Amino acid sequence: MTISELKLLQKEFLSRSKKIKHKVYICTTGCRASGALNLVTEFEKIRKEMSLEDQLEIIQSGCHGKCSQAPLIRLEPSGYYYGKVRSEDVKEIIEKTILEDEKIDRLFTGSAHLETTGFFGHQKKDLLAACGQVDPRKIEEAIGAGSYLALADVLTRLSPEEVIGQVMESGLKGRGGAGFSTGLKWKFCHQAKGDEKYLICNADEGDPGAFMDRALLEGSPHQVIEGMIVAAYAIGASQGFIYVRAEYPIAVEHISLAVRQAGDYGLLGQNIFDSGFDFNITIRKGAGAFVCGEETALIASLEGKRGMPRSRPPFPANSGYLGKPTNINNVETLANIPLIIGKTGKVYSETGTENSTGTKIFALAGDVQNTGLVEVPMGITLREIIFDIGGGIPGGRKFKAAQMGGPSGGCVPEKYLDLPIDYESLKEVGAIMGSGGLIVMDDRSCMVDMAHYFLEFIQKESCGKCVPCRVGTRHMKDILARICSGKGESGDIEKLEELAGTVKSSSLCALGQTAPNPVLTTLKYFRSEYEEHIYSKKCLALTCKDLLSYEILGGSCTGCGLCRKNCPVGAISGERKGIHAINPNTCIQCGKCFEVCRFTAVNVS
Amino acid sequence: MTGVNLDPAKNILTRIEMSEKQTNGKIKAAYLIPLLQDIQESYGYLPREVLEYVSNFSGIALSRIFGVITFYEQFYLEPQGKHTIKCCRGTACHVKNGQKISDTISEVLKVNEGETTDDGVFTFETVACLGTCFLAPVMMIDDEYFGNLTSNEISKIIKRYKEGGTR
Repeated sequence: MTISELKLLQKEFLSRSKKIKHKVYICTTGCRASGALNLVTEFEKIRKEMSLEDQLEIIQSGCHGKCSQAPLIRLEPSGYYYGKVRSEDVKEIIEKTILEDEKIDRLFTGSAHLETTGFFGHQKKDLLAACGQVDPRKIEEAIGAGSYLALADVLTRLSPEEVIGQVMESGLKGRGGAGFSTGLKWKFCHQAKGDEKYLICNADEGDPGAFMDRALLEGSPHQVIEGMIVAAYAIGASQGFIYVRAEYPIAVEHISLAVRQAGDYGLLGQNIFDSGFDFNITIRKGAGAFVCGEETALIASLEGKRGMPRSRPPFPANSGYLGKPTNINNVETLANIPLIIGKTGKVYSETGTENSTGTKIFALAGDVQNTGLVEVPMGITLREIIFDIGGGIPGGRKFKAAQMGGPSGGCVPEKYLDLPIDYESLKEVGAIMGSGGLIVMDDRSCMVDMAHYFLEFIQKESCGKCVPCRVGTRHMKDILARICSGKGESGDIEKLEELAGTVKSSSLCALGQTAPNPVLTTLKYFRSEYEEHIYSKKCLALTCKDLLSYEILGGSCTGCGLCRKNCPVGAISGERKGIHAINPNTCIQCGKCFEVCRFTAVNVS
Repeated sequence: MTGVNLDPAKNILTRIEMSEKQTNGKIKAAYLIPLLQDIQESYGYLPREVLEYVSNFSGIALSRIFGVITFYEQFYLEPQGKHTIKCCRGTACHVKNGQKISDTISEVLKVNEGETTDDGVFTFETVACLGTCFLAPVMMIDDEYFGNLTSNEISKIIKRYKEGGTR
């Protein structure tokens, strides 16, 4: 492959694509879980019946972002997004919107053109530009959208030092969690001595509540591959690995296909773009260990060992895979590289804030209207993300906190809604940018329970190698469990704080060092909740079930007996058509009576 | 020796041996995890006889192989149920009452997390996050997703699978 051949391929694809006026982009990655493949079949069937083959193109694309509306499709040229589309709607969509340009209000959920606010308008889709626009299973489409042009530029025009210079100038920081300068990391590996070097793409996206990397691998795999080849050239590696979570079957499928196709087109392998540079990629599936997201643990896993971290230095840049210089970058970090090369590091750095440049993808989930994948410039406020893009809290409930950065992050309270988000500001409030999981919680979430949840997670995933993490998190979890079950004692909070300090300062790897963050931030911003649990034995969010009590309201009870029949422990008594009562000594606070009562006669407090 | 058929394992080892992953007649230790993944895909779990064979063939100590297997959650030393139910325990699912979903599955199947029902139909697992937070709370049965679950639906879904049906 040469540059002119690549450009010719792009031109051919674009002129072929231009010939078909109408296009429907059906997300068949994330939306596959909601039946998107049936929509594809239905569109194909009706297109055939109506003989529209040369007027309507059906594209199986990646994620459009507004996952709460799954399955989601986009129509062009109108730019309309239609959500929660069922097979029965397809005929109407073709007849009305595609052929008559008429909007169907029932399905309409936003527009790709003209909007400047709201879910689609407020975002800045640079990284996700191709996601939802191309069929990720076809390299021709990626090339049509401009993939590999940056690579061609790099291999024919720039030296490795110049590439590193561009990345340094861009200010890009690692998107996997720690936020270390990508340019600097490359420089260290480039300078490391050794003729055999490795490049690893960390696609072990284990943070609960994060799915940015999944969307990129599924929806725009060639962008990641292109970033990898550029990185490999910069550091001088000829072998690369993608370490991908096995829990992401579609991502594994799409990235494997993309690697194969890139090889077929000569974009991987020997002498890429006649530059004399060789690079190959091997895909490895993870085997279900959260700690393998940590770079030294990931390397151990690639070497066929138990995935345990080791102390650094030496850093992987000097001694990594098989003891050779190795550079590890996260998926989203690598996906940024073609953008940086394409527009230069300087122009890239103009987006975002001074110390945190570019855009960031967030996985928005929890108690928010528009759950999904959003991309915004660094420096945007949480309020903009949650209330404008996210559409606010459902059911008119009140915002309580945003959990950012998963088990290593923290809960950001309401008072920081207007804080511009970047690496530094989040660190100051005790959370971290992390990989980009953003879970919104309303007033029904208990912060002590959240802290317990994360510690339980960390405890389970702790590899056990170092004592502070293995034993410390265990004790923290036990104290939190006790508090949640109403057995908290005076002094527990202080004990938690002391343990948190020890675990944070003396754990071997980032998993342990950041594990106390969920406890520390909730203690900092929601200390009164801990106190209510310990001293008043109350959970005002009504989450901790051992602290709840159920009673039947005499005024509302109709004596239907449904609660009595459903109670698993026989704690409810009462005559038919008479007022029922719960025996508090037998009640196990399971909440079944509350769920089944049709007259809201069961009160929980 | 019980009656485990070693042929699939032999085929996998021969295939790897023929490819570039092999050096000096030995399988590279670095290739151990993908090798175990292939074997598990073929057998459904990792039978001890097969692991002994792999150890002899590759020169990788059996203790090391077991060390690796027991570290990772996705390796099984026991046969698994016909269907695997994976309940997501991610943050978004937790916020949306995922604990109750997980408890209900356990209650309906009468097994704890990580166990297989006596009739061999279901294995129940919880996973850190399925990455489909917009479906929270969510579970997977084999390759099918079940999103926005309520605890009342679970016994119906499980019953359907038990009777040989699917979603």
